[in-house]
Amino acid sequence: MKFPDDLYYAASHEWIRLEGDGGTVGITEHAQKELGEIVYLELPEVGRIFDAAEEFGTVESVKAVSELFCPLAGEVTEVNTQAAEDPAALNDDPYGDGWLIKLKVSTVDLSTLMAADAYEKYVKEESEEH
Amino acid sequence: MTTAASEALKHTPLFDVHKSLGAKMVDFGGWEMPVEYSGIREEHRAVRERAGLFDVSHMGEFEVEGPGALDFLQRVTCNDVSKLEVGRCHYSGILTPAGTFVDDLLVYRVGEARYLMVVNAGNTPKDLAHCRRIAQGYKASLEDKSDEWALLALQGPKAQGILGDLVEADLSEIPYYGFAASRVSGAVSIVSRTGYTGEDGFEIYCSSQDAPRLFREILDAGRAEGILPCGLGARDTLRLEASMALYGNDIDDNTTPWEADLGWIVKMKKSDFEGRDALARQKEQGVTRKLSGFELLDRGIARHGYAATAPSGPGIVTSGIPSPTLGKSIGLAYLPAEDAAVGTEFQIDLRGRAARARVVPTPFYKRAK
Repeated sequence: MKFPDDLYYAASHEWIRLEGDGGTVGITEHAQKELGEIVYLELPEVGRIFDAAEEFGTVESVKAVSELFCPLAGEVTEVNTQAAEDPAALNDDPYGDGWLIKLKVSTVDLSTLMAADAYEKYVKEESEEH
Repeated sequence: MTTAASEALKHTPLFDVHKSLGAKMVDFGGWEMPVEYSGIREEHRAVRERAGLFDVSHMGEFEVEGPGALDFLQRVTCNDVSKLEVGRCHYSGILTPAGTFVDDLLVYRVGEARYLMVVNAGNTPKDLAHCRRIAQGYKASLEDKSDEWALLALQGPKAQGILGDLVEADLSEIPYYGFAASRVSGAVSIVSRTGYTGEDGFEIYCSSQDAPRLFREILDAGRAEGILPCGLGARDTLRLEASMALYGNDIDDNTTPWEADLGWIVKMKKSDFEGRDALARQKEQGVTRKLSGFELLDRGIARHGYAATAPSGPGIVTSGIPSPTLGKSIGLAYLPAEDAAVGTEFQIDLRGRAARARVVPTPFYKRAK
Protein backbone atom coordinates (compact mmCIF):
# COMPACT_ATOMS: atom_id res chain seq x y z
CA MET A 1 0.00 0.00 0.00
CA LYS A 2 1.21 3.49 -0.85
CA PHE A 3 1.56 6.40 1.57
CA PRO A 4 2.93 9.32 -0.52
CA ASP A 5 5.07 11.53 1.68
CA ASP A 6 4.03 14.84 0.09
CA LEU A 7 0.56 14.51 1.66
CA TYR A 8 -0.98 15.15 5.07
CA TYR A 9 -3.49 12.60 6.35
CA ALA A 10 -6.60 12.81 8.52
CA ALA A 11 -7.63 10.10 10.99
CA SER A 12 -10.84 9.80 8.94
CA HIS A 13 -8.69 8.69 5.94
CA GLU A 14 -8.69 11.78 3.73
CA TRP A 15 -5.46 13.31 2.43
CA ILE A 16 -4.55 16.88 1.45
CA ARG A 17 -1.74 18.04 -0.82
CA LEU A 18 -0.72 21.66 -0.10
CA GLU A 19 0.41 23.92 -2.94
CA GLY A 20 0.75 27.58 -1.94
CA ASP A 21 -2.48 28.56 -0.22
CA GLY A 22 -4.31 25.85 -2.15
CA GLY A 23 -4.90 22.23 -1.25
CA THR A 24 -6.14 19.17 -3.13
CA VAL A 25 -8.22 16.68 -1.13
CA GLY A 26 -8.90 12.98 -1.69
CA ILE A 27 -9.33 9.69 0.14
CA THR A 28 -6.47 7.34 0.86
CA GLU A 29 -5.68 4.03 -0.78
CA HIS A 30 -6.52 2.33 2.51
CA ALA A 31 -9.93 4.06 2.57
CA GLN A 32 -10.85 2.98 -0.95
CA LYS A 33 -9.79 -0.60 -0.18
CA GLU A 34 -11.98 -0.69 2.91
CA LEU A 35 -14.96 0.73 0.99
CA GLY A 36 -14.69 -1.65 -1.96
CA GLU A 37 -15.96 -0.55 -5.37
CA ILE A 38 -17.05 3.06 -5.16
CA VAL A 39 -20.20 3.70 -7.16
CA TYR A 40 -21.38 7.14 -6.13
CA LEU A 41 -19.94 10.45 -4.97
CA GLU A 42 -21.71 13.44 -3.52
CA LEU A 43 -19.48 16.52 -3.70
CA PRO A 44 -20.07 20.15 -2.67
CA GLU A 45 -20.42 23.10 -5.00
CA VAL A 46 -17.61 25.51 -5.76
CA GLY A 47 -17.70 28.40 -3.29
CA ARG A 48 -18.80 26.38 -0.27
CA ILE A 49 -16.79 27.05 2.89
CA PHE A 50 -15.94 24.26 5.32
CA ASP A 51 -14.33 24.09 8.74
CA ALA A 52 -11.60 21.60 9.43
CA ALA A 53 -13.15 18.16 10.08
CA GLU A 54 -16.53 19.31 8.73
CA GLU A 55 -18.42 16.91 6.45
CA PHE A 56 -18.11 18.05 2.82
CA GLY A 57 -19.65 15.13 0.96
CA THR A 58 -20.24 11.41 0.86
CA VAL A 59 -18.74 8.46 -0.92
CA GLU A 60 -20.80 5.31 -1.48
CA SER A 61 -19.81 1.78 -2.28
CA VAL A 62 -22.38 -0.85 -3.20
CA LYS A 63 -22.71 -1.73 0.48
CA ALA A 64 -22.26 1.47 2.45
CA VAL A 65 -22.21 5.24 2.67
CA SER A 66 -19.24 7.06 4.23
CA GLU A 67 -18.95 10.73 5.04
CA LEU A 68 -16.07 12.78 3.72
CA PHE A 69 -14.43 15.19 6.15
CA CYS A 70 -12.47 18.27 5.16
CA PRO A 71 -8.85 17.96 6.39
CA LEU A 72 -8.37 21.75 6.66
CA ALA A 73 -10.66 24.76 6.75
CA GLY A 74 -11.17 26.53 3.43
CA GLU A 75 -13.28 27.44 0.43
CA VAL A 76 -13.95 25.01 -2.40
CA THR A 77 -12.37 26.32 -5.62
CA GLU A 78 -12.74 23.24 -7.83
CA VAL A 79 -14.63 19.96 -7.81
CA ASN A 80 -13.57 16.82 -9.66
CA THR A 81 -16.68 16.43 -11.80
CA GLN A 82 -15.07 13.66 -13.79
CA ALA A 83 -14.63 11.54 -10.67
CA ALA A 84 -18.22 12.32 -9.67
CA GLU A 85 -19.34 10.89 -13.01
CA ASP A 86 -17.04 7.88 -12.86
CA PRO A 87 -16.14 7.21 -9.22
CA ALA A 88 -14.06 4.15 -10.18
CA ALA A 89 -11.20 6.66 -10.34
CA LEU A 90 -11.17 6.69 -6.54
CA ASN A 91 -10.42 2.97 -6.53
CA ASP A 92 -8.00 3.04 -9.43
CA ASP A 93 -5.99 6.16 -8.61
CA PRO A 94 -6.89 7.59 -5.19
CA TYR A 95 -3.90 9.95 -5.08
CA GLY A 96 -4.20 11.10 -8.71
CA ASP A 97 -7.28 11.09 -10.97
CA GLY A 98 -9.43 10.21 -7.96
CA TRP A 99 -8.96 13.56 -6.17
CA LEU A 100 -12.19 15.09 -4.88
CA ILE A 101 -12.00 18.86 -4.31
CA LYS A 102 -9.53 21.74 -4.35
CA LEU A 103 -9.57 24.24 -1.52
CA LYS A 104 -8.33 27.73 -0.88
CA VAL A 105 -7.08 26.92 2.60
CA SER A 106 -7.98 29.56 5.20
CA THR A 107 -6.00 28.19 8.14
CA VAL A 108 -3.04 25.87 7.74
CA ASP A 109 -3.28 24.07 11.07
CA LEU A 110 -1.50 20.77 10.59
CA SER A 111 -1.68 19.75 14.26
CA THR A 112 -4.68 17.45 13.70
CA LEU A 113 -3.20 15.81 10.60
CA MET A 114 -0.54 13.11 10.22
CA ALA A 115 2.54 12.85 8.03
CA ALA A 116 2.92 9.76 5.84
CA ASP A 117 4.89 7.62 8.31
CA ALA A 118 2.53 8.42 11.20
CA TYR A 119 -0.52 7.63 9.05
CA GLU A 120 1.00 4.34 7.87
CA LYS A 121 1.51 3.34 11.50
CA TYR A 122 -2.04 4.46 12.32
CA VAL A 123 -3.55 2.32 9.55
CA LYS A 124 -1.56 -0.73 10.69
CA GLU A 125 -2.68 -0.31 14.29
CA GLU A 126 -6.28 0.22 13.22
CA SER A 127 -6.35 -2.96 11.12
CA GLU A 128 -4.75 -4.97 13.95
CA GLU A 129 -7.56 -3.89 16.25
CA HIS A 130 -10.08 -5.53 13.93
CA MET B 1 -12.83 -1.13 17.66
CA THR B 2 -15.14 -4.13 17.57
CA THR B 3 -12.80 -6.62 19.20
CA ALA B 4 -15.25 -7.89 21.80
CA ALA B 5 -17.99 -8.44 19.24
CA SER B 6 -15.81 -10.13 16.64
CA GLU B 7 -14.66 -12.74 19.16
CA ALA B 8 -18.25 -13.87 19.54
CA LEU B 9 -18.98 -14.11 15.79
CA LYS B 10 -19.90 -17.53 14.48
CA HIS B 11 -18.04 -19.18 11.61
CA THR B 12 -19.29 -21.53 8.90
CA PRO B 13 -17.23 -24.65 8.06
CA LEU B 14 -15.84 -22.65 5.11
CA PHE B 15 -14.31 -19.83 7.14
CA ASP B 16 -10.70 -20.89 6.45
CA VAL B 17 -11.46 -21.35 2.74
CA HIS B 18 -12.79 -17.78 2.54
CA LYS B 19 -9.69 -16.45 4.29
CA SER B 20 -7.40 -18.32 1.92
CA LEU B 21 -9.35 -16.95 -1.07
CA GLY B 22 -8.76 -13.41 0.21
CA ALA B 23 -12.37 -12.60 1.05
CA LYS B 24 -13.29 -9.43 2.88
CA MET B 25 -15.23 -10.61 5.92
CA VAL B 26 -18.09 -8.81 7.70
CA ASP B 27 -20.48 -9.39 10.58
CA PHE B 28 -23.77 -10.60 9.12
CA GLY B 29 -26.39 -11.36 11.77
CA GLY B 30 -23.75 -12.63 14.18
CA TRP B 31 -21.85 -14.59 11.52
CA GLU B 32 -18.45 -13.63 10.14
CA MET B 33 -19.19 -14.01 6.43
CA PRO B 34 -17.49 -13.11 3.12
CA VAL B 35 -19.00 -9.91 1.69
CA GLU B 36 -16.80 -9.94 -1.40
CA TYR B 37 -13.74 -11.65 -2.90
CA SER B 38 -12.87 -9.91 -6.17
CA GLY B 39 -15.51 -7.15 -6.06
CA ILE B 40 -19.28 -7.08 -5.79
CA ARG B 41 -19.98 -6.00 -9.37
CA GLU B 42 -17.54 -8.50 -10.90
CA GLU B 43 -19.06 -11.32 -8.84
CA HIS B 44 -22.55 -10.14 -9.75
CA ARG B 45 -21.66 -10.24 -13.45
CA ALA B 46 -20.16 -13.72 -13.10
CA VAL B 47 -23.51 -15.05 -11.81
CA ARG B 48 -25.57 -13.32 -14.52
CA GLU B 49 -23.27 -14.41 -17.34
CA ARG B 50 -21.45 -17.54 -16.14
CA ALA B 51 -21.50 -18.95 -12.60
CA GLY B 52 -20.82 -18.00 -9.00
CA LEU B 53 -20.42 -20.07 -5.85
CA PHE B 54 -21.72 -18.84 -2.49
CA ASP B 55 -21.33 -20.14 1.04
CA VAL B 56 -24.70 -19.83 2.73
CA SER B 57 -24.04 -22.34 5.47
CA HIS B 58 -25.20 -19.81 8.04
CA MET B 59 -28.80 -20.60 7.06
CA GLY B 60 -30.74 -22.67 9.62
CA GLU B 61 -32.15 -26.14 8.91
CA PHE B 62 -34.85 -27.85 10.96
CA GLU B 63 -35.90 -31.46 10.33
CA VAL B 64 -39.55 -32.27 10.95
CA GLU B 65 -40.66 -35.89 11.01
CA GLY B 66 -43.61 -37.98 12.13
CA PRO B 67 -47.28 -38.68 11.44
CA GLY B 68 -48.19 -35.14 12.53
CA ALA B 69 -45.45 -33.41 10.47
CA LEU B 70 -47.78 -32.26 7.72
CA ASP B 71 -50.42 -30.91 10.13
CA PHE B 72 -47.73 -29.09 12.12
CA LEU B 73 -46.29 -27.45 9.00
CA GLN B 74 -49.78 -26.52 7.78
CA ARG B 75 -50.31 -24.76 11.11
CA VAL B 76 -46.92 -23.00 11.34
CA THR B 77 -46.45 -21.91 7.71
CA CYS B 78 -48.81 -20.05 5.36
CA ASN B 79 -48.26 -21.91 2.06
CA ASP B 80 -50.11 -25.19 1.39
CA VAL B 81 -47.74 -28.01 2.37
CA SER B 82 -50.31 -30.67 1.38
CA LYS B 83 -49.59 -29.72 -2.24
CA LEU B 84 -45.89 -30.59 -1.92
CA GLU B 85 -44.86 -33.88 -3.48
CA VAL B 86 -41.81 -35.75 -2.22
CA GLY B 87 -38.81 -34.18 -3.95
CA ARG B 88 -40.34 -30.70 -4.15
CA CYS B 89 -39.96 -27.59 -2.04
CA HIS B 90 -41.68 -24.23 -1.84
CA TYR B 91 -41.19 -20.72 -0.55
CA SER B 92 -43.33 -19.85 2.45
CA GLY B 93 -43.68 -17.78 5.59
CA ILE B 94 -43.83 -18.35 9.32
CA LEU B 95 -46.30 -15.78 10.65
CA THR B 96 -47.18 -14.26 14.00
CA PRO B 97 -50.80 -14.29 15.20
CA ALA B 98 -50.93 -10.75 13.77
CA GLY B 99 -50.12 -12.11 10.31
CA THR B 100 -46.67 -10.52 10.21
CA PHE B 101 -43.46 -12.37 9.38
CA VAL B 102 -41.57 -14.31 12.01
CA ASP B 103 -39.45 -15.41 9.05
CA ASP B 104 -39.57 -16.45 5.41
CA LEU B 105 -38.33 -19.92 4.53
CA LEU B 106 -38.18 -22.87 2.18
CA VAL B 107 -40.06 -26.06 3.08
CA TYR B 108 -38.75 -29.29 1.53
CA ARG B 109 -40.69 -32.54 1.47
CA VAL B 110 -37.88 -35.07 1.88
CA GLY B 111 -40.00 -38.19 2.51
CA GLU B 112 -43.62 -39.21 3.03
CA ALA B 113 -43.66 -37.72 6.53
CA ARG B 114 -40.27 -35.98 6.56
CA TYR B 115 -39.67 -32.33 5.88
CA LEU B 116 -36.85 -29.81 6.03
CA MET B 117 -37.40 -26.16 6.96
CA VAL B 118 -34.65 -23.77 5.80
CA VAL B 119 -34.73 -20.47 7.67
CA ASN B 120 -32.69 -17.27 7.89
CA ALA B 121 -29.48 -17.45 9.92
CA GLY B 122 -30.19 -14.58 12.27
CA ASN B 123 -33.71 -15.84 12.95
CA THR B 124 -32.83 -19.45 13.71
CA PRO B 125 -33.12 -19.28 17.54
CA LYS B 126 -36.35 -17.25 17.34
CA ASP B 127 -37.86 -19.59 14.71
CA LEU B 128 -36.91 -22.66 16.69
CA ALA B 129 -38.58 -21.35 19.85
CA HIS B 130 -41.69 -20.37 17.87
CA CYS B 131 -41.89 -23.76 16.10
CA ARG B 132 -41.25 -25.75 19.29
CA ARG B 133 -44.11 -23.99 21.04
CA ILE B 134 -46.53 -24.88 18.25
CA ALA B 135 -45.11 -28.38 17.66
CA GLN B 136 -46.12 -29.44 21.17
CA GLY B 137 -49.63 -30.23 19.99
CA TYR B 138 -48.48 -32.45 17.09
CA LYS B 139 -47.05 -35.94 16.68
CA ALA B 140 -43.90 -34.74 15.02
CA SER B 141 -40.26 -34.36 16.02
CA LEU B 142 -38.55 -31.05 15.35
CA GLU B 143 -34.77 -30.99 15.36
CA ASP B 144 -32.36 -28.16 14.72
CA LYS B 145 -29.72 -29.54 12.33
CA SER B 146 -28.19 -26.16 11.46
CA ASP B 147 -24.73 -27.06 12.76
CA GLU B 148 -24.59 -30.35 10.88
CA TRP B 149 -25.63 -29.00 7.49
CA ALA B 150 -23.54 -26.76 5.30
CA LEU B 151 -25.10 -25.06 2.29
CA LEU B 152 -23.43 -24.05 -0.97
CA ALA B 153 -25.23 -22.14 -3.70
CA LEU B 154 -23.98 -22.55 -7.27
CA GLN B 155 -25.82 -20.00 -9.41
CA GLY B 156 -25.70 -18.87 -13.01
CA PRO B 157 -26.37 -20.12 -16.55
CA LYS B 158 -23.33 -22.44 -16.42
CA ALA B 159 -24.30 -24.00 -13.08
CA GLN B 160 -25.79 -27.19 -14.48
CA GLY B 161 -22.84 -27.83 -16.78
CA ILE B 162 -20.34 -27.31 -13.97
CA LEU B 163 -22.13 -29.40 -11.38
CA GLY B 164 -23.20 -32.15 -13.78
CA ASP B 165 -19.86 -33.97 -13.81
CA LEU B 166 -19.64 -34.03 -10.00
CA VAL B 167 -23.15 -35.31 -9.32
CA GLU B 168 -24.61 -38.81 -9.59
CA ALA B 169 -28.15 -37.59 -10.24
CA ASP B 170 -29.22 -36.33 -13.68
CA LEU B 171 -29.56 -32.61 -13.06
CA SER B 172 -31.71 -32.08 -16.13
CA GLU B 173 -34.40 -34.13 -14.39
CA ILE B 174 -34.54 -31.80 -11.38
CA PRO B 175 -37.22 -29.17 -12.03
CA TYR B 176 -37.26 -25.64 -10.64
CA TYR B 177 -38.01 -25.96 -6.91
CA GLY B 178 -37.33 -29.67 -7.08
CA PHE B 179 -34.45 -31.55 -5.47
CA ALA B 180 -32.77 -34.94 -5.31
CA ALA B 181 -30.74 -36.76 -2.70
CA SER B 182 -27.48 -37.43 -4.48
CA ARG B 183 -23.79 -37.78 -3.88
CA VAL B 184 -21.76 -34.77 -4.97
CA SER B 185 -18.17 -35.82 -5.53
CA GLY B 186 -18.83 -38.72 -3.17
CA ALA B 187 -20.39 -36.64 -0.40
CA VAL B 188 -23.96 -37.35 0.70
CA SER B 189 -25.96 -34.27 -0.32
CA ILE B 190 -29.29 -32.83 -1.29
CA VAL B 191 -29.15 -31.00 -4.61
CA SER B 192 -31.94 -28.48 -4.99
CA ARG B 193 -32.79 -26.36 -8.04
CA THR B 194 -33.33 -23.19 -6.05
CA GLY B 195 -31.55 -19.93 -5.40
CA TYR B 196 -31.67 -16.30 -4.43
CA THR B 197 -30.23 -14.65 -7.53
CA GLY B 198 -32.84 -14.76 -10.30
CA GLU B 199 -30.64 -17.18 -12.28
CA ASP B 200 -30.84 -20.91 -12.81
CA GLY B 201 -28.75 -22.77 -10.28
CA PHE B 202 -28.51 -25.20 -7.43
CA GLU B 203 -28.28 -25.21 -3.69
CA ILE B 204 -26.27 -28.09 -2.27
CA TYR B 205 -26.90 -29.24 1.28
CA CYS B 206 -23.98 -31.31 2.55
CA SER B 207 -22.32 -32.16 5.84
CA SER B 208 -20.12 -29.54 7.49
CA GLN B 209 -17.13 -31.89 7.16
CA ASP B 210 -17.52 -32.25 3.39
CA ALA B 211 -18.22 -28.58 2.68
CA PRO B 212 -14.64 -27.22 2.32
CA ARG B 213 -13.67 -29.98 -0.12
CA LEU B 214 -16.86 -29.57 -2.18
CA PHE B 215 -16.47 -25.80 -2.32
CA ARG B 216 -12.94 -26.15 -3.76
CA GLU B 217 -13.91 -28.95 -6.13
CA ILE B 218 -16.81 -26.96 -7.57
CA LEU B 219 -14.54 -23.93 -8.04
CA ASP B 220 -12.02 -26.16 -9.83
CA ALA B 221 -14.72 -27.74 -11.98
CA GLY B 222 -15.98 -24.31 -13.02
CA ARG B 223 -12.63 -22.65 -13.67
CA ALA B 224 -12.80 -23.05 -17.44
CA GLU B 225 -16.31 -21.53 -17.41
CA GLY B 226 -15.15 -18.50 -15.45
CA ILE B 227 -16.77 -19.31 -12.11
CA LEU B 228 -16.09 -16.91 -9.22
CA PRO B 229 -16.53 -17.33 -5.48
CA CYS B 230 -19.18 -14.78 -4.52
CA GLY B 231 -19.96 -13.01 -1.27
CA LEU B 232 -23.02 -11.64 0.43
CA GLY B 233 -22.58 -8.29 -1.33
CA ALA B 234 -23.30 -9.80 -4.76
CA ARG B 235 -25.99 -12.01 -3.21
CA ASP B 236 -27.77 -8.84 -2.12
CA THR B 237 -27.54 -7.04 -5.48
CA LEU B 238 -28.60 -10.20 -7.34
CA ARG B 239 -31.61 -10.92 -5.13
CA LEU B 240 -32.79 -7.33 -5.25
CA GLU B 241 -32.66 -7.21 -9.05
CA ALA B 242 -34.84 -10.33 -8.94
CA SER B 243 -37.12 -8.61 -6.34
CA MET B 244 -36.64 -11.32 -3.75
CA ALA B 245 -37.38 -10.13 -0.22
CA LEU B 246 -34.69 -9.97 2.44
CA TYR B 247 -35.86 -10.55 6.00
CA GLY B 248 -34.90 -7.62 8.21
CA ASN B 249 -34.91 -5.27 5.21
CA ASP B 250 -38.10 -5.74 3.20
CA ILE B 251 -40.11 -7.95 5.52
CA ASP B 252 -40.15 -8.32 9.29
CA ASP B 253 -42.55 -8.79 12.20
CA ASN B 254 -44.28 -5.52 11.34
CA THR B 255 -45.16 -6.46 7.77
CA THR B 256 -47.67 -8.93 6.36
CA PRO B 257 -47.49 -10.95 3.12
CA TRP B 258 -50.26 -8.80 1.61
CA GLU B 259 -48.23 -5.64 2.20
CA ALA B 260 -45.01 -7.25 0.97
CA ASP B 261 -46.46 -8.35 -2.39
CA LEU B 262 -46.10 -11.97 -1.23
CA GLY B 263 -49.79 -12.87 -1.31
CA TRP B 264 -48.94 -15.82 -3.58
CA ILE B 265 -47.39 -17.73 -0.66
CA VAL B 266 -50.56 -17.39 1.44
CA LYS B 267 -53.17 -20.11 0.91
CA MET B 268 -56.27 -18.89 2.76
CA LYS B 269 -58.36 -21.88 1.66
CA LYS B 270 -56.17 -24.51 3.29
CA SER B 271 -56.70 -25.50 6.98
CA ASP B 272 -56.29 -22.85 9.67
CA PHE B 273 -52.78 -21.53 10.26
CA GLU B 274 -50.96 -19.04 12.48
CA GLY B 275 -51.85 -15.52 11.40
CA ARG B 276 -54.79 -16.52 9.21
CA ASP B 277 -57.48 -14.55 11.06
CA ALA B 278 -55.44 -11.37 11.02
CA LEU B 279 -54.71 -11.83 7.32
CA ALA B 280 -58.40 -12.39 6.60
CA ARG B 281 -59.24 -9.12 8.37
CA GLN B 282 -56.51 -7.22 6.56
CA LYS B 283 -57.64 -8.63 3.23
CA GLU B 284 -61.19 -7.49 3.91
CA GLN B 285 -60.14 -4.00 5.00
CA GLY B 286 -57.46 -3.66 2.34
CA VAL B 287 -53.81 -2.84 2.93
CA THR B 288 -52.74 0.74 3.56
CA ARG B 289 -49.21 0.29 2.21
CA LYS B 290 -47.53 -1.81 -0.42
CA LEU B 291 -43.96 -2.85 -1.07
CA SER B 292 -43.18 -1.27 -4.43
CA GLY B 293 -40.25 -1.42 -6.81
CA PHE B 294 -38.77 1.92 -7.80
CA GLU B 295 -35.98 3.42 -9.81
CA LEU B 296 -34.30 6.69 -8.97
CA LEU B 297 -34.63 9.38 -11.60
CA ASP B 298 -31.93 11.50 -9.96
CA ARG B 299 -28.41 10.42 -9.10
CA GLY B 300 -27.68 8.62 -5.86
CA ILE B 301 -28.50 5.45 -3.95
CA ALA B 302 -31.65 5.11 -1.84
CA ARG B 303 -30.82 2.86 1.08
CA HIS B 304 -32.69 0.93 3.76
CA GLY B 305 -34.47 3.29 6.15
CA TYR B 306 -34.47 6.41 3.94
CA ALA B 307 -37.74 8.34 4.13
CA ALA B 308 -40.00 8.68 1.07
CA THR B 309 -42.67 11.27 0.36
CA ALA B 310 -45.39 9.99 -1.95
CA PRO B 311 -48.49 11.88 -3.19
CA SER B 312 -50.77 10.32 -0.53
CA GLY B 313 -48.35 10.26 2.39
CA PRO B 314 -45.02 9.05 3.72
CA GLY B 315 -43.23 5.86 2.81
CA ILE B 316 -39.95 4.16 3.61
CA VAL B 317 -37.18 2.56 1.57
CA THR B 318 -36.42 -1.04 2.56
CA SER B 319 -33.62 -1.90 0.09
CA GLY B 320 -31.67 0.01 -2.51
CA ILE B 321 -28.67 -0.61 -4.74
CA PRO B 322 -26.98 0.63 -7.85
CA SER B 323 -28.12 -2.23 -10.12
CA PRO B 324 -25.08 -3.72 -11.86
CA THR B 325 -27.18 -5.33 -14.60
CA LEU B 326 -29.49 -2.40 -15.36
CA GLY B 327 -27.05 0.43 -14.71
CA LYS B 328 -29.74 2.23 -12.69
CA SER B 329 -30.30 2.91 -9.05
CA ILE B 330 -33.18 0.68 -7.92
CA GLY B 331 -34.91 -0.33 -4.72
CA LEU B 332 -37.99 -1.38 -2.81
CA ALA B 333 -40.10 0.89 -0.63
CA TYR B 334 -43.31 0.70 1.34
CA LEU B 335 -45.60 3.33 -0.20
CA PRO B 336 -49.22 4.27 0.55
CA ALA B 337 -51.37 1.72 -1.33
CA GLU B 338 -52.84 4.53 -3.47
CA ASP B 339 -49.33 5.37 -4.72
CA ALA B 340 -48.13 1.86 -5.55
CA ALA B 341 -49.21 1.95 -9.21
CA VAL B 342 -46.46 1.70 -11.81
CA GLY B 343 -45.50 5.14 -13.05
CA THR B 344 -46.25 7.02 -9.81
CA GLU B 345 -43.51 9.52 -9.02
CA PHE B 346 -42.41 10.27 -5.47
CA GLN B 347 -39.44 11.65 -3.58
CA ILE B 348 -36.80 10.03 -1.40
CA ASP B 349 -34.69 11.92 1.11
CA LEU B 350 -31.07 10.95 0.33
CA ARG B 351 -29.38 12.19 3.46
CA GLY B 352 -30.83 15.68 3.13
CA ARG B 353 -31.14 15.82 -0.66
CA ALA B 354 -34.53 15.16 -2.26
CA ALA B 355 -34.26 12.73 -5.17
CA ARG B 356 -37.07 11.84 -7.57
CA ALA B 357 -38.13 8.20 -7.88
CA ARG B 358 -40.70 6.34 -9.96
CA VAL B 359 -42.60 3.12 -9.29
CA VAL B 360 -41.60 0.45 -11.84
CA PRO B 361 -42.71 -3.15 -12.44
CA THR B 362 -40.95 -5.93 -10.56
CA PRO B 363 -38.90 -8.01 -10.88
CA PHE B 364 -36.38 -5.46 -12.11
CA TYR B 365 -34.52 -8.25 -13.84
CA LYS B 366 -35.84 -11.47 -15.35
CA ARG B 367 -33.58 -13.96 -17.03
CA ALA B 368 -34.23 -15.02 -20.60
CA LYS B 369 -35.70 -18.52 -20.63
